[in-house]
This record gives sequence, C-alpha cells and structure tokens, in this order.
Amino acid sequence: MPLAARAVRRLSRLAPILVLLLVLVATACSRDFPQTTLAPKGDLARIEDDIFFTTVKWATLVFVLVEGALIYAIFRFRGKPGDPEPEQIHGNTVVEITWTVIPALILAMIAVPTVKAIFKENETPKGGDVLTVEVIGHQWWWEFRYPGLNLTTANELHVPVGRTVSLKMGAYDVVHSFWLPQFAGKRDVFPNRETRLWFTAEEPGEYTGQCAEFCGIQHGRMAFRVIAQPPAAFDAWAGHMQTLGAPPAAATSADSIRTATAGGTVQQQGAKQGVAAPAVADSAKPAAPAEDPLVAQGQKLFLMKGCVGCHSLVAYNAPKGLLGPNLANVGARTYIAAGTLPNTDENLAHWIRVPQDVKHGVLMPNLGVTEDEAKALVAFLRTHK
Amino acid sequence: MATTALGQATHGVAEYEEKGGLWSWITTVDHKRVAILYGISALTFFLLGGVEALLIRVQLAKPDNNLVSPEFYNQLFTMHGTTMIFLAVMPLSQVFFNYMITLMIGARDVAFPRLNAFGVWVFILGGLFLNASFLFGAAPNAGWFGYANLTSRQFSPGLNVDFWVAGLQILGVSSLAAAVNFFVTIINLRAPGMRLMRMPMFVWMSFITMVLLLLAFPVITVALIMLMFDRFVDTHFFVPAGGGDPILWQHLFWIFGHPEVYILILPAFGIVSEVLPVFSRKPLFGYAAMVFSGVFIAFLGFGVWSHHMFSTGMGPIADTFFSLATMLIAIPTGVKIFNWIGTVWGGSLQLKTPMLFALGFIAMFIMGGLSGVMHASPPADLQQTDTYFVVAHFHYVLFGGSIFGISAGVYYWWPKMFGKLLDERLGKVHFWLQLIGFNLTFFPMHLVGLHGMPRRVYTYPKGLGFEWLNQLETLGAFVLALGFAVFLYNVWKTWRSGAPAGADPWNGATLEWSIPSPPQEWNFAEIPTVHGRDPLWEAKRERGGPLPEPPRVSGRGIHMPAPSYWPLVTAFGVNLLFVGLLLSPKVGPWGLVVAIALLFFGLYNWWFEPSYTSIPGVRGKTGGH
Repeated sequence: MPLAARAVRRLSRLAPILVLLLVLVATACSRDFPQTTLAPKGDLARIEDDIFFTTVKWATLVFVLVEGALIYAIFRFRGKPGDPEPEQIHGNTVVEITWTVIPALILAMIAVPTVKAIFKENETPKGGDVLTVEVIGHQWWWEFRYPGLNLTTANELHVPVGRTVSLKMGAYDVVHSFWLPQFAGKRDVFPNRETRLWFTAEEPGEYTGQCAEFCGIQHGRMAFRVIAQPPAAFDAWAGHMQTLGAPPAAATSADSIRTATAGGTVQQQGAKQGVAAPAVADSAKPAAPAEDPLVAQGQKLFLMKGCVGCHSLVAYNAPKGLLGPNLANVGARTYIAAGTLPNTDENLAHWIRVPQDVKHGVLMPNLGVTEDEAKALVAFLRTHK
Repeated sequence: MATTALGQATHGVAEYEEKGGLWSWITTVDHKRVAILYGISALTFFLLGGVEALLIRVQLAKPDNNLVSPEFYNQLFTMHGTTMIFLAVMPLSQVFFNYMITLMIGARDVAFPRLNAFGVWVFILGGLFLNASFLFGAAPNAGWFGYANLTSRQFSPGLNVDFWVAGLQILGVSSLAAAVNFFVTIINLRAPGMRLMRMPMFVWMSFITMVLLLLAFPVITVALIMLMFDRFVDTHFFVPAGGGDPILWQHLFWIFGHPEVYILILPAFGIVSEVLPVFSRKPLFGYAAMVFSGVFIAFLGFGVWSHHMFSTGMGPIADTFFSLATMLIAIPTGVKIFNWIGTVWGGSLQLKTPMLFALGFIAMFIMGGLSGVMHASPPADLQQTDTYFVVAHFHYVLFGGSIFGISAGVYYWWPKMFGKLLDERLGKVHFWLQLIGFNLTFFPMHLVGLHGMPRRVYTYPKGLGFEWLNQLETLGAFVLALGFAVFLYNVWKTWRSGAPAGADPWNGATLEWSIPSPPQEWNFAEIPTVHGRDPLWEAKRERGGPLPEPPRVSGRGIHMPAPSYWPLVTAFGVNLLFVGLLLSPKVGPWGLVVAIALLFFGLYNWWFEPSYTSIPGVRGKTGGH
C-alpha cells in the first residue's frame, strides 16, 4: 500500500530522534550526575526508583501504542481536496468500553505496588541500631543534631554505612524540604510540626542534597552534603566531634527546636528552652589553645566582630536556637555557605568579609571585616575541625 | 429541516455601519468586542510572560550565573507562573468563551452583557496592577503558589506579596463574573432545539469550566482574604507562632489549584473537539463519552488536591487515597484521547494549520498525561516533586495542551472573528517551530529533574551535570520565541493583505459558520432552530452542497443591549479598593473610602441605567424595556 509505505518512510526519518532520546536516557549514570535520582544508593531511594520504573514501563507501552496509532492515522487517513465524504461514524460502544477498561487495568498494575510502597515508606524504623538524627531547616542552611551522641553540626551530615538513619525533621523559620536523592527522596520540614524520613546508606562516599521547597531569596543556595562512612570511621568521627565540646557543667541546652516565629517548639524533651547566652561564653573558649598569634587574633575577632552571637564553636552539648550554623568542625568541611563555595582559605575569607556579595539576602551581614582580619579569622576557624 | 437562519436575511439589506472609535470600545457591551479586548490584553500579557521565561532560561543557561539577581529571578518565576495562568491562558480561553459560545448556541448576546464588560475591565486593570509592581521593584516573589509562612509579614515584609494577594483577588472577581455570565448564558440562551446533548463540545467543556470556576475560585478567595488579614491586621491563620498552620494554606490553595488545572485545560479540550471533526470531515467520535468524561474529570478534580502535597508527609492513608483518586483521572482523560484518535480514524484529514495544532495537542498532551501518572504514585513523587521533572510535566499539559489547543482555536476561528484567513504557509512554519521549540525546551527538563535539579532555584553549581541539558532548554526557548514572532508577523500580514474568508471557510459543522465573517453585532438576524449535533453539516447535506454566502443585514428592529461606561467605572472602583489597601499603611483608610465611594457610584448608575435599545435607534439615551 503506497500510503503505508510512505508512512513507514516518514517514520524512519524519526529514527535519529529516537536514537538521540535513547542516548539521553543512557547518560543516566551517577558519575555524570552526582545528584541523580536514577542511581539509588539507599533502600528508601530504591523503593522510589522501583515504583518509578514500574510507571515508566507502562507509560512507554502506552506512549508507543497511542502515539503510534495517532501518527499512523495521520498518514493513513490523509485526505485530498476532491475526496468523497468519509463514512460518518458517531461512536462504537464495544470499542469505547474496551479503551475504558484497559487503562483501568494498567493503572491497577501501577496502583498495587504503589500502595505497598506507600506503607513501606511510611514505616518508622525501629530497633536499637537505628541512628536518630534531628534535621532543622533554616533560611538557608541545614542544622543536624545527633541526640544520642549529643552532637550538633551543620550542612554536612555524617552517617554510618549499613545502619538505618531515622530523621526527625523540623524548620526554624519557614517551610523547607529536605531532599537527599540518592538515599531517600524528599520530605518537607515545617516550623510547627515534625516530619519523618529514614534511609540506610549502602556505600561509603560523599552525596549531595538540597532544599527543594521554595523558601526565600537564597533557596537556590541551600545545599548539604552527606558523608557516608564505614561504621568504624563514623564512630571515630563521632568520638572526635565529642571532644569539640564545652565542659559538661556549662551545658545548659535542652532538646528543643526553637522556631524563629517565637514560641513554637517542635520537640521538647528537656524542660528548658535552649539558652544562647551562657553557651556564648563557652564557645569563646576553643578546645585548642591559641599559640599562633594569627590564630589568637582571629579568636579575639571572633568575639569582637559579633560572630559569637550567632555561631557556636562546640559540637558536643552545643547550644540550641542559634541563628547561624555551628562552626565546631568548620575547618574540616568541604563546602561553606550551604554548598555555595568550596572550603578554601580564599573563599572562606571572602565569605567572612562580604557574605552579602556571595549570597545576597543571607542573615549574616557584612560586618566590616578587613582583609587582614579575615585572614586571622580564617586561621582561627581552621583550627576547628 | 435546516436551521432557519442560515443566512436568510428577512430584514432590509441596507448596510448598517457599526460604530467605530475609541469611545465605542470603552463603552462596548458586545461580547465579540469584549472577546477582542480579552484577546489583545491577554496576548500582551502572554508575550510579557514569555519574556520573563526567556530571562529565566538565559539565567539558567550556565552554572553559577549572575545575569539576574536572586531577588529578581524569584520575581521572574513568580510572575511568569502567575501571568501565564491568570493573565494569559485563562483570558485567552475567555476570548473563545466570549466570542464563540453565543455563536455556537445561536444567541444574540450573553446573559449579562454589562457584567461581561465589567469582567474584561477588571481583568485588564488587575493585570496592569499586578505588573505595575515591577515599576516599584516589588513584583511578587513568593511563587505563584505563595506557600505560607514565607508569605507572612515576618518573612516577606515588602510590597511584593501584597501586590500578589491583591492582584489575584482582583482577577478572581473577573473570573467569577465571567463564570456566572456564561453559566447562565449556556443554560438559558440556547437556540430552540439546542438541547444539552446537542451542544457543541466546546460549549460543553466551557460549561464545565464555568462550574469549576464557580466552585474553585471562592476557595482561593477565602485563602487570599485570610492571608491578607495575616499581613494587614495581624491575624494568625498561617502563622505558626500564633497557633496558625502553614499547611492549611497548602490545602486551601490546592483545593483551588487542582481544579484550576482543569480550568486551564478543559477549554482546549473543547477547541480540539471542534477542530478535529471539521478537518477530518467526520463527526466527533463518542460524543456522550466525551461529555461524561469531561464531567467526571471535573468532579474528580476536586478530590485530588493533596497529590501536590505528598512530600508533606500526610501518612499512608491520605497518600493512598489521593494517589488512587489521581490515577482514576487518567481513565476519563484516556477516553478523551482515544475518542479524538477515533474521530481522526477513518476520516479524510485536511492538514491545515488548525488541524496541525490540534494533532500536536493530542501528541503532546499524551506525554503530559503519562508523566502525570508517574508522580501520582507518592513514592516516585517523593523524588520528582519540586524538581524540573514536574516543570516538564505541567508544561506538557499547559503548553503542549492548553497553548497548542488555543493556537488551534486561533487559526480556526480567526477568519470568523476578522473575516480574513491567517496565512497557511506562515501558520505551518509557526506550528513546526512551536512543536520543535516546545520539545527542545521542555523534554530535557524531565531528565534534568530526574537527575536532581530542583525547581525555583536561581542558579545551580557546576559539577552536577545540569549544564548541557539547560543549554538545550534555553536554545529551545528561543526557537519557541521565533515561532511566536512568525505568528505575530502572520497576524500583521493578514491584517494588511489577508485573503477574505467568507462565512464558512473550513466547511464547519456548527452555527457560527452560518453567519457573516465577522458577525454583525446581533450575530443572528434570525434565531436559528437546531435539529442535531452538527446543524450546519445537516443543512448542507440537505441542500446537497455549500450554502449561499449569508448577506449582511440592517438589523432593524433587533433589540440589543445599550453601550455603557458604568462597568468600566465600577471596575476602577474594584481595582482602587486594592490600591487603597496597599496604601493603607501610609494614608490610613482614606484610599479605601474613595474606592468604595467610586465602586458604589458605578454600581448605582449601572443599576439605574436603561439596559436595552434597538438598532439603529438612539443608543443608550432612551430606555428600551
């Protein structure tokens, strides 16, 4: 049939496009796309990935059949000006019932695994081996607390491989969304309610995530990193972090997330609100004695420039409710300003001097730090790792 | 029996000159002129929204770009979304509601002509008000969805969100006015014999849209008033510190927001359901199924809102309910797609520009529907929501769907509205540029989203692999822009030297093709009587060939609504109400007092103005009935 032949010939011209599409899909490897959802490295992300590919499978089938029928019809039934009027068909009950029932069956094939996965995903992990981490979204950085270890850190979450991590999440100010594609998918965090997410990391490595709910001017710069470590390395890290602490007597904090919207408390395990003031004095006493004069100058500047008002330098028994990220191990982090810049001396100095140029709208003001002062502050902060 | 008004002029044949000039447009209550006012303003806003989109695309063309500031970027994406939804797609659909519903049901005007004029003026003033925010450097910047509590005074102290809250309420007034009007028009003003199940599919889909508007807009209005109270008089509906709940906003917004999606797409469903039969020379396949699937979609549309909120952690029961309800919508939507293919199947296809756009609509909408089923599944959605995958999905629905459908409508009905055919060759160039540009822009967004790029970010760092996909998208956006440039050139060229269309250039099936192009003010010299679903085809079949060109008639003795400027005055009053609100922190209640006075002055004069006159009598001065 010449019409069909023409249709086939024309369709064959579409082949390069199909090949291009395949190439696009084939590039889905995690090396080129470190934040991809298509190369899960954790159990929760695997559940999500399985469901996604179930839908993709059916969608591809439907896509090929329906678009194929449409394209075939366009070529097959193309009319010429003088053609007689085609047969006037108003409908066909059998055909119409068929194409109502078949999609319903296909949807059932998607719905059943979906419902199973929904319930699996909403389980709260139990057992003694679960590592609980509290996640608090701030404009525009992430606070992480390990209540069992009494540790606080920011923007870099360390987790042990093979151990389930249970996240109890809240927000300090507005709604954010914690998105960790390779392990867990995402869950919104709210200033007035607790939300949950869990995951188990399968392979050691450095993974990226970021805020996925629009949360203001710097929503685009609210990334975090997850460092998945073998259990021994994680324990070593936690042990080291626990040395970055204030003397136990000075620990005044309570386990609560204070919100900026005054008064709303997400979790309250202790009786008292976290009090910033006494902790401030502690954070001015870093663990390492300042022998280098530059470091000593930086330490002084950290107090004088007001850094201490928002940032704590202790990880163990750290004060709660501070405006800025905890800096106890800032010297060891890979990035600064919530994934904005690699943590080099120049970048850190630049960030300290003109945060409003680097990340406009951020809560840290330009404090009038000179270049020399910034160098001293960097030297001081480098001792905290 | 043929319809009786198929061009058979019973009155005198003396040409009646329609009034021209600015004043006649300002005071018009003619639904066709109102439609053109909607068209010009909506097209302008559409181009503005397009420029915003291009700026977004240029900013995202490379990593760590600082072409626009983060603050301005947030304004751009907020205004792009708000503009395209409320100032472009909705009013572009209004163009066809206004122009075509009455013509298709055989009526001389809408039920409430002055309310119609009021609606378009409120819309135009509201759109200008919203965009005036740019002049103050304070365009809305919290997203078109305006999630609480980012929109509270504490976190959005500026005028930006005020403009948004006020602008959306103004536009809501316009939408509700139109919805009431067309609901009543379709119920009450159908020509004799035009039973509900004989109505053209566009009228059916419009009717369902009106019901959705009537039920959905009150919800967003309530939510906006609550937010307005939070911002202006320190209530705490959405403020956690005062015991309010940000998630309440999400529920209210999406109870409106999801039906809104159908408000945007159902008119396009209607348009392609008109275009496909005409250019396949075959009636619509499965008419009744098309009607009921539309009704079913609209009904289910109110029960799926929380699928926008799977990531909030509603728990397994709610997730399951909203997931299954959402999947259920795929069934009636599938029925529609299959019926369209059924309409084409076995036809004698004429691939004119309107048909190309209608076929493009089906092809693109299928893809939007399939990606929709993917994130109807909450576990998959936990990865996809708030990423570019979702941006790709809804652009396949709202651009590949609504805009392709509206484009089909523009090329299809242009000759009826202006009496000239848009250039076919340029139309085809427009179509191919739009199809290619569209896929180039939005298909890679599926991939970049799955590979981890979130939405609403003003930039992205190097090393995440987003670069080249974003560059492809930006390239596509410019191809799309070129397509629209071709369309505008086509309009200009047609304006100057287009081929005259005649009453029925496409061998149409519905009543609008039985009257002169462009129609005279009273549409039908004589109200037709309808005997079937495709009245004009039946008339032509009975006659055994095309119908004679209907003459333009004098219209003597036909009673038509009198022109009035009170709708415009009242519209100013509505608009000033919100200007007064924004000024209230500075000037106290006085702005509001002036606005209310103007509003009631306009309404009072509107109420006591005689509303009918006969043509060509002394219009607007003597009372009719």
